Amino acid sequence: MPILSLNQRALLLSVVILVVGLLIWEAAIPAQQAVGELTEYERLTGGGAAKAGVPPPSQVFVKAWEELSNPFYDAGPNDKGIGIQIGYSIYRVLTGYAMAALIAIPLGFLIGMSPVAYKALNPFIQVLRPISPLAWMPLALFIIQDSEASAIFVIFICSIWPMLINTAFGVAGVRQDWVNVARTHELGHFKTAFTVILPAAAPTIVTGMRISIGIAWLVIVAAEMLVGGTGIGYYVWNEWNNLDLTSVIFSILMIGIVGMMLDAAFASLQRAVAYVE
Amino acid sequence: MSKPFLSIENLTQQYPDGQGGMMTVFENATFGVEKGEFVCILGHSGCGKSTIMNILAGLAEPTSGVVTMDGREVSGPSLDRGVVFQNYSLLPWLSTLKNVSFGVVARHPDWSKAKVLDHSRQYLAMVGLEGDVIHRKPSQLSGGMRQRVSIARAFANHPKLLLLDEPFGALDALTRGTIQDKLLKIWGDSGQTVFMITHDIDEAILLADRILLMTNGPFARVAESVDITIPRPRNRTAIVEHPNYYAIRNHLVQFLGKRSKDLAGQASDGAAQRPETVRIDLTGTAEDPTPEPRLRAVNT
Ligand SMILES: Nc1ncnc2c1ncn2[C@@H]1O[C@H](COP(=O)(O)OP(=O)(O)OP(=O)(O)O)[C@@H](O)[C@H]1O
Ligand SMILES: [Mg+2]
Repeated sequence: MPILSLNQRALLLSVVILVVGLLIWEAAIPAQQAVGELTEYERLTGGGAAKAGVPPPSQVFVKAWEELSNPFYDAGPNDKGIGIQIGYSIYRVLTGYAMAALIAIPLGFLIGMSPVAYKALNPFIQVLRPISPLAWMPLALFIIQDSEASAIFVIFICSIWPMLINTAFGVAGVRQDWVNVARTHELGHFKTAFTVILPAAAPTIVTGMRISIGIAWLVIVAAEMLVGGTGIGYYVWNEWNNLDLTSVIFSILMIGIVGMMLDAAFASLQRAVAYVE
Repeated sequence: MSKPFLSIENLTQQYPDGQGGMMTVFENATFGVEKGEFVCILGHSGCGKSTIMNILAGLAEPTSGVVTMDGREVSGPSLDRGVVFQNYSLLPWLSTLKNVSFGVVARHPDWSKAKVLDHSRQYLAMVGLEGDVIHRKPSQLSGGMRQRVSIARAFANHPKLLLLDEPFGALDALTRGTIQDKLLKIWGDSGQTVFMITHDIDEAILLADRILLMTNGPFARVAESVDITIPRPRNRTAIVEHPNYYAIRNHLVQFLGKRSKDLAGQASDGAAQRPETVRIDLTGTAEDPTPEPRLRAVNT
């Protein structure tokens, strides 16, 4: 018998866990399947809310098939395809995140290079960093007066810290030997920053970027639940209000999958800039 | 007399000793290196050789003292002073070839890409690195190979002064021999000045015009400057036959074994500390007219 490789065995085990998990889930709610169908009817008549139950996985699959076969339909403010909703969320995350990166990375460079800047800015960072990004929401809504921009601001404020701190840390930790190589070759400040310090600190910086994008994706769901209108967070909340638990579960899965893909993108960037000393 | 090409005057280096006080590595060290000269410096570990070299490179500021090269004060690093660092200092995210071309581009910003790569390849080949190896990262090379990349990077730039900090320490005897020969050839052809740190007495005798001997630290001194009175071209198997070889070698061994300790730990009282010139010549023919073979006594 051929011996399976480590990866093959792991894959096999993953599939087994998935199948067993789904079977247990399916088996745990046979009675409610009927109830589920009933609620459909009862909801139309406005009376079945209390009996709404957790749907079995088969129902979620059917829902997923429906949604994913037509992800970009737009039938009014409360009925948009899952693709459109996720698109809005990704747009907000990437906008807020990009603005944070544009500020955090150069500022982190400065802090990392200059002990004075580090000492001067550190107290502010230490106070601002532990604030839950959602705590900024009321202030953002009041000052910006725009819910869309406020959501982006919340993403901005939550993703700035890991990038700022990791960039400063990475830049400060660049080995003096490598800087000396740049100096003996008479590289100017900019040349040194781009050809020596940036590649040397890149693994730490990208780690910060990866942490940030993870946090941003966590926060956007909550922010959109507050702000409403569009986005995957709003979608979850809206389906909950409709008591459509099948859609809620489906969108939870989608949040997980998109988060995983964002993380995978940064993981590959991390591999690209990694080096062994 | 005019100043030598490289002139070190009253160089003092102190570091915090970690207990609130100061530790003096060396004090008022004063010596010179002539243009085109090949000078080796020998001394026990920790006496301050790398510290001197970092100051010569312009990478470190001495506590006090001045270094001038070509009449100009050394106030920072320069492409005219190429360094082979003790720990190689290769950039780990660049391939072997890029580590060398990195330096070539800095030296010749006007060269075409092809010319830069060609030049870099040529110097890598000179240290025996050819083929696939040059596309590997430093982490995928052996210690000796890394050291050779570092040598190629410094040599490829033709600096006026080559500063080599134990450049052959990680090499096996065979490779070491080949690269020593290459170094001698480059030095002979180019008229560069070489200042080299080594722990290997035989290597120093083979390569150097003059060997500077350092006493142990703290308060280390460049105590002696020993002329290597063996004519060039030198051949590693033939020089041991030369009458001066063992006399010089014994003198060096004796210094490192005993006198480096005896002479250690003396403050200078503010006076410039110049090395005493020691000339050992048993042939009795050359420039030194002294008829009797002699070993110069050093009284301090
Ligand atoms: N940055 C520093 N801070 C404090 N002390 C230092 C520093 N750099 C070097 N020293 C001390 O200066 C002395 C000389 O160090 P140096 O590296 O020049 O020795 P070395 O002669 O090159 O030794 P080796 O042959 O082992 O390379 C040592 O005692 C070392 O502890
Ligand atoms: Mg050293």
